[in-house]
Amino acid sequence: MVATLIRLTGDFDLAEDAVQEAAIVALQQWGVSGVPDNPGAWLTTVARRKALDRIRRESSRTARESAAVRLLDEPAGPGEQVAKRPDELRLLFTCCHPALNSDARIALTLRTLCGLTTAEIARVLLAPEPTVGQRISRAKKKILTARIPYRVPVDHELPERLPAVLNVLYLVFTAGHHAADGTLDSRFGLADDAIRIARLASVSFPDEPEVWGLLALMLATHARRGGRVDGSGDVVLLADQDRTRWDHEAIAESSRLVEVNLRKRRVGPFQIQAAIASLHGLAPTFPSTDWPQIAELYGFLERLQPTPVVRINRAVAVTFADGPQAGLDLLDALGDDDVAEVQDWHLYWSTRADFHRRLGEHDDATDAYRRALSCPTNESDRRFLERRLREL
Amino acid sequence: MARYAALIYAAEQNDTDTNPEQWAAIMAEYNTFGETAGAAGVLGAGEALQPTSTATTVHVTGGAKGGDVVTTDGPFAETKEALGGFYILDCKDLDEAVHWAAQIPGAWHGRVEVRPLIDFSQG
Repeated sequence: MVATLIRLTGDFDLAEDAVQEAAIVALQQWGVSGVPDNPGAWLTTVARRKALDRIRRESSRTARESAAVRLLDEPAGPGEQVAKRPDELRLLFTCCHPALNSDARIALTLRTLCGLTTAEIARVLLAPEPTVGQRISRAKKKILTARIPYRVPVDHELPERLPAVLNVLYLVFTAGHHAADGTLDSRFGLADDAIRIARLASVSFPDEPEVWGLLALMLATHARRGGRVDGSGDVVLLADQDRTRWDHEAIAESSRLVEVNLRKRRVGPFQIQAAIASLHGLAPTFPSTDWPQIAELYGFLERLQPTPVVRINRAVAVTFADGPQAGLDLLDALGDDDVAEVQDWHLYWSTRADFHRRLGEHDDATDAYRRALSCPTNESDRRFLERRLREL
Repeated sequence: MARYAALIYAAEQNDTDTNPEQWAAIMAEYNTFGETAGAAGVLGAGEALQPTSTATTVHVTGGAKGGDVVTTDGPFAETKEALGGFYILDCKDLDEAVHWAAQIPGAWHGRVEVRPLIDFSQG
């Protein structure tokens, strides 16, 4: 609804205020007269009227007048329901416009498409609230002043515009997904939001395999949420998860999407990650996972995204396919830049520790677990690392 | 006779740390200059720019026309390149402005910064 109003008025603040005012009117009126048949349309109509009032009050500004003209031109009624979905995409492309910096893109998306408050965004992004507030207001101001348009790009612009949008959606998803491990509240429903918007995007861009790849990746990852955390909020390792608690229907859908899209022969990072996630999902037990294929897929991914995190993941897959020494060799082969980058990652040290443990090298394993514990990590990971250290 | 561009460099004013009286004083000074230089017949065009926070920098990769258009948030960070000229582009939105900015040779020989002008008619 905010998206519709923003498109109509071209003004984030005006749209947000109007929707808020409409919500207040709704609370007052619906309490007396009951909820109308089509609450969404009702709210949009009221919000539009509120925006119009405000524009008229401030009509000395010609920019506001032209915003009012746009509002008046828009057909009222049921059409708004139909218009809502493309509006979300338009808004997404505006929030992820390359003329905005990447920090602003994610913050703006969380605000306008996921409806988070500045305080909530600050929690999700682990950034100070004033910084997030400034980032958002500066971005809104730039959108307005530099006239960043509200539109879905045409086909030839997609190669430049789509990656930024997909990356932000994936960030929204991971922010919500990590919420399930107890470090953050999952009430924001970010993972569901991201999946919903990715579905919308995949319908709008059916010929873009990376959009489907992202959707498939999120479906397969989200499908395992039921098994990721135990009753006391501790992370359950993939090997120990109760696979009956996974959403096998979502995994099947993900796997279908991966297969259909890989045939288009325009492979990208999201499709590869989706293929990996759906292979994990399809494995009836941990030992029967298709590790050789997963290790090979990580090899492809490393060629497209030569980052330390991909290299570490590949080493893990290689360990299960070819043994811990092969995995350790890959970690030892990391370049100097990578090694410098991973010094403070508990994931790097805990992976090393695990490889040493499997090789029976207990002293090396102990050292590596201690290094992992000295890195920044969350409570439940810390408990896990301490347990492993005790078990040695 | 020769033609010159007078490029104005000043510390950027923040909306919050400049009060209306200060703004009015600055505007009055500029008006005085405009009237004086206008009456003397030396004044061509003049425009005021929105702050650098509204700027977008456009670069065409590959050192030749037709490369990828890379758009980044923010003003051009000064290095060894120097301001070499400017165009005023009349466009409906930033996408159109970036489209044209990417056709300017400076976009592949260097960078082109796109900054909206202040529209004084909008009060």
